[in-house]
Amino acid sequence: MNATRVSYTLESTLASVNKAEQAAAEVAAKSCFDPDDCGRIAMAVREATVNAILHGNRYDPSKRVTVSFESTAEALTVAVRDEGAGLDPTTLPNPLAPENLLKQSGRGIFLIQTFMDEIHFRNLSPGNEITMIKFIRAPGRSGKQGG
Amino acid sequence: MTMKASSRQVDGVTIVDLSGRITLGEGSVVLRDTVKDLSTQGNKKILLNLGDVTYIDSSGIGELVSAFTSVRNAGGDLKLLNLTKKVHDLLQITKLYTVFDILDDEATAVGSFNR
Repeated sequence: MNATRVSYTLESTLASVNKAEQAAAEVAAKSCFDPDDCGRIAMAVREATVNAILHGNRYDPSKRVTVSFESTAEALTVAVRDEGAGLDPTTLPNPLAPENLLKQSGRGIFLIQTFMDEIHFRNLSPGNEITMIKFIRAPGRSGKQGG
Repeated sequence: MTMKASSRQVDGVTIVDLSGRITLGEGSVVLRDTVKDLSTQGNKKILLNLGDVTYIDSSGIGELVSAFTSVRNAGGDLKLLNLTKKVHDLLQITKLYTVFDILDDEATAVGSFNR
């Protein structure tokens, strides 16, 4: 199976979030996703990169975030890796629960789950990696859509 | 594109015209500071016009929620006007469509504050 891979090593700054988002939009477009899916993928990568920089690396200038894309005929796989303390995804509160609806934060991973087909977390000790997969669908086939 | 905010008064309602991206960083700060200043000045009826908001991320959504709760806690009301499809879909996905009063006509929105 042929795969195209590209990887970016980014500083822990807000500017890197925009770089990752833009790279995701470009890779998604090259992978033949429709414009709506390109937007969803770009937002998922943006949210994952925000989490890596803000919650993972905590803007530490000595730590980097790596964003890797692998594109095949079947799917686009994006991995975002930080060098922070790690994340236990089972502890994340449900942002749709009535008691959380008016909280200011806590929606990023929920949006990633909504926009991508699969997500996986890996504790790197130290660091965290989130892998997000979006499958390329044949025209006319419906799939998970999200926003 | 950076976010811009400008406010105007219509029949006692403060309409804030927002444009650009409401995202982590500058966009969220502009929204936060704008609503905070309006509240401090005693404006209690605030209508956020999102018609020219091209993009919003989870931080921007959080900022909208924070603006809504702070205005409500100060005895006022904050409503949303002219959502683009993308923002509309995001608020539906996050169930915030049920929290905000969302309108698509300015005159109707202004009138709704004064009923």
